[in-house]
Amino acid sequence: MIIGILKEVIESENRVAITPAVVIKILKLGYEVQVEKSAGARANYTDSAYKQVGATISESSSEIWNQSDIIIKVNPPEKSESASSQLNGNSSLISFFYPRQNKEILKSMAKENVNVFAMDCVPRITRAQKMDALSSMSNVAGSRAVIEASHLFGRFFGGQITAAGKISPAKVLVIGAGVSGLSAIGAAASLGAIVRAFDTRPEVKEQVESLSAEFLTVDIKEDGAGKGGYAKVMSDEYIKSEHKLFEEQCKEVDIIITTALIPGKPAPILLTEKMISLMKPGSVVVDLAAERGGNCCYTKKDQVVNIKGVNIVGYTDLPSRLPSQSSQLYATNVYHLLCDLTPEKNGKININMDDQVIRGMTVINNGEITFPPPEIKKAAPSPVTSTKETKKQNILITKKSIKKTFPVIKFGLALLTLIGIGSVSPPSFMAHFTVFVLGCFVGYMVVWNVTSALHTPLMSVTNAVSSIIIIGALIQISSDNIVLTVMASLAIFITSINIVGGFAVTKRMLEMFKK
Amino acid sequence: MEISLELSKALYIGATVLFVLTLGGLSNQETSRVGNIYGMLGMTIAIIATLLGPNVTKNFGLIFILMASGGIIGIYLAKKVQMTEMPELVAILHSLVGMAAVLVGYVNFLDDTISFMGIEKTIHLIEIYIGVFIGMITFSGSVIAFGKLSGIITGNPLMLPARHYLNLLVLIFIFYFGYEFVNQSLFDDNLISLIIMSILSFLFGVHLIMAIGGADMPVAVSMLNSYSGWAASAMGFMLGNDLLIVVGALVGSSGAILSYIMCKAMNRSFISVIAGGFGTDTPQQTPSEQNQADVISIDVKEVSNLLLSAKKVIIIPGYGLAVAQAQFIVYEIVKILKDKNIDVKFAVHPVAGRLPGHMNVLLAEARVPYDIVFEMDEINGEFSDTDVSIIIGANDIVNPSALDDPNSPIAGMPVLECWKGKTSIVLKRSMATGYAGVQNPLFFKQNTRMLFGDAKESMDAVLVTLQT
Repeated sequence: MIIGILKEVIESENRVAITPAVVIKILKLGYEVQVEKSAGARANYTDSAYKQVGATISESSSEIWNQSDIIIKVNPPEKSESASSQLNGNSSLISFFYPRQNKEILKSMAKENVNVFAMDCVPRITRAQKMDALSSMSNVAGSRAVIEASHLFGRFFGGQITAAGKISPAKVLVIGAGVSGLSAIGAAASLGAIVRAFDTRPEVKEQVESLSAEFLTVDIKEDGAGKGGYAKVMSDEYIKSEHKLFEEQCKEVDIIITTALIPGKPAPILLTEKMISLMKPGSVVVDLAAERGGNCCYTKKDQVVNIKGVNIVGYTDLPSRLPSQSSQLYATNVYHLLCDLTPEKNGKININMDDQVIRGMTVINNGEITFPPPEIKKAAPSPVTSTKETKKQNILITKKSIKKTFPVIKFGLALLTLIGIGSVSPPSFMAHFTVFVLGCFVGYMVVWNVTSALHTPLMSVTNAVSSIIIIGALIQISSDNIVLTVMASLAIFITSINIVGGFAVTKRMLEMFKK
Repeated sequence: MEISLELSKALYIGATVLFVLTLGGLSNQETSRVGNIYGMLGMTIAIIATLLGPNVTKNFGLIFILMASGGIIGIYLAKKVQMTEMPELVAILHSLVGMAAVLVGYVNFLDDTISFMGIEKTIHLIEIYIGVFIGMITFSGSVIAFGKLSGIITGNPLMLPARHYLNLLVLIFIFYFGYEFVNQSLFDDNLISLIIMSILSFLFGVHLIMAIGGADMPVAVSMLNSYSGWAASAMGFMLGNDLLIVVGALVGSSGAILSYIMCKAMNRSFISVIAGGFGTDTPQQTPSEQNQADVISIDVKEVSNLLLSAKKVIIIPGYGLAVAQAQFIVYEIVKILKDKNIDVKFAVHPVAGRLPGHMNVLLAEARVPYDIVFEMDEINGEFSDTDVSIIIGANDIVNPSALDDPNSPIAGMPVLECWKGKTSIVLKRSMATGYAGVQNPLFFKQNTRMLFGDAKESMDAVLVTLQT
């Protein structure tokens, strides 16, 4: 089958769906690849780079639309693209689609033999993360948000002590510690800023702290985790104390990056007029939720507004501003989808609607609209774990009580054994027994000090040493009975193998241990 | 020249001290070489003292020939053995100690010049009986262990029906014949009891080790190591020789401690290991749900790029490294990375490989300096700031379900927590499960990349791309 890669039609779009590096991999799946002329130019992937790895270059987009069996794009098809339904029979489209917003396009594309896979509909399950293009793009956006902020911010991020005085580090607040939030935290922290982060989901605290940022909390306990790892709408009381927290922070911090989104709803307004007025002039707000209305009351989509010296950035094309990187990530995500669609690597797609991931992403299957997909059942509800834990604790408690009584029993038994042995055995035996017990103790004490790296040499040397049995055989060989002499001889022979072999191999091993 | 019994006993004391120093020397790598020399010295002194003592009166020529020919075979074995074959060698050498104990026990019993009366006679017979019993188990168990480790016998545990009762039954019989052995007055009846017991304990030893799975072999081998010591000790009691008693006790406790350490590293009781049959329960999740398609595979080029862009790399070797003999290649890679100022460390799990400390020996063979090789407890905290972990032929020792799935057969076993690092690269032949037969969720983690193929070939290819 032929895969076609189009030049994006949106003016401001710099990304390309598939990069040359990924073309190589796709060819290995058995597909042919056709690329529209200068499709990757704005992401710095030249036509000759595509040609070099084995793709063919097409002069016009209509050629691609007509000839390809699978079209791969970044953005949803524009009306102009889909209206004429250039997607012919038996062909498929892979792109971001946003089927909820683009219902009309979805309907217009639902024709016989047409399949559409939406890269934004990847189910939020572990297995599908390798295709999660939204996460990939959020990652790029988060990082770029910091760069945009630093561009508008008149100062360094990192603190320094210089001959010209002290430079104090910038303070950055990141609201919403999802993929983009965490990426922003990482980028800001590595520029040297003091980073704080806020999220309604307490479980992300650890991730935030692992990036050496401070996790801010409000006093009210309420878990903000909703379906599929996204956040949910919080109670009024919670929002009130959240506002109080933000107001305090606004007085202090220099840069705020907001990333709060709630699925299926406009973005919540987190930064009010009052809060912005509290910020120092020169501060920057980057609103990553601008696409969905913004987290700041002043946010204007795709613009920078200046409110009393505070710049509020509402760019929605941040991934496109790092086109090489985001194209590569997107292409790899698409490649992983293609892998799953081509299990036999024979260049033919096979849509397995029983596969949760593929089911979720397929919005049109053979002309039939299959969006929204049925809900994925969530495994292992949390109450079960708590009962398990209590069980575990119970086991621990019983174990502990056993442990407490155990030494008493042990000592009692040992004492009884000693009394038993002592009362029946002759003096010669007791002398040997004393030696034996002391030998065990010396061995115990010495062996605990052996470093674990030398356990193998320990085994081989103790093996050689235990061949001390040769002494017994040596004593016996002087017997007058020929049978006994032969048996003792055999024992001497095999223990000699052991003694020499054991010491020699130990020596060989120990010589290898060098610093 | 002949020396008195007292003088030879005094020399034995010297030998005993040297043996203790031998084990003491192994507490670190620097003193270990000297320790080994102490051991040889101790053995030489003990043998010479015995030869010169009053008990050895003739056959010196024969003794010389026997020891010389045995010694030559020993040297040949020691020189020839591959470091990856150490477990087999150790196992087969244990069997020799067991065999020798059996022989010495029989000779002592058959020797009619030795006679005791009353309670001393009873004790003496018990000593013979126990000595032969332990010797025989050591012998047959070690032979089976050798067979399993060298692949002659399948590594899967042999599960006879009602095997625990079978063992119990055999032990009861052994007790019964022991009673007969001590209480019969006729020499021939005694001999028959001893022979029947020898056969039973032979079978017992075979069955004991047959039931132990491949991954539990470190415990089995160290247990046999311990038994060979106890056999020597029992012989010492029988012969009234303190040197044998002490040395046997040293070895016996050493092996016992090793077994204990191994068991603790697997979070399992000694009894459950010895009872055998680990990993035969059917895994709870069906592997079909998570198969090869669901993991993210990686190619050699990407691996070398990941390595070159890392600041800190931890390598986790497992039995697969030994099988593929990849230790040398791995160290070549480590050298290149070190030259580029990348921090590289090795993390060794106590039960990695088929012998306690097996991985350390393999790495030492490849001249990996031992100060970059770390134990699990030392290094487990470091994964969080590690960029790349390479897992070579290891499976169960890096299985996160040991920590988070209480139903897993390996639940509670301490493991190397490599998934806490940025990326884990797993080298593996296929998606087959490890010895424990448990599926490993590590492979399906978002930050795990699978490099399928033979460990040595893969590492070779990585080395080539790193060099270019």
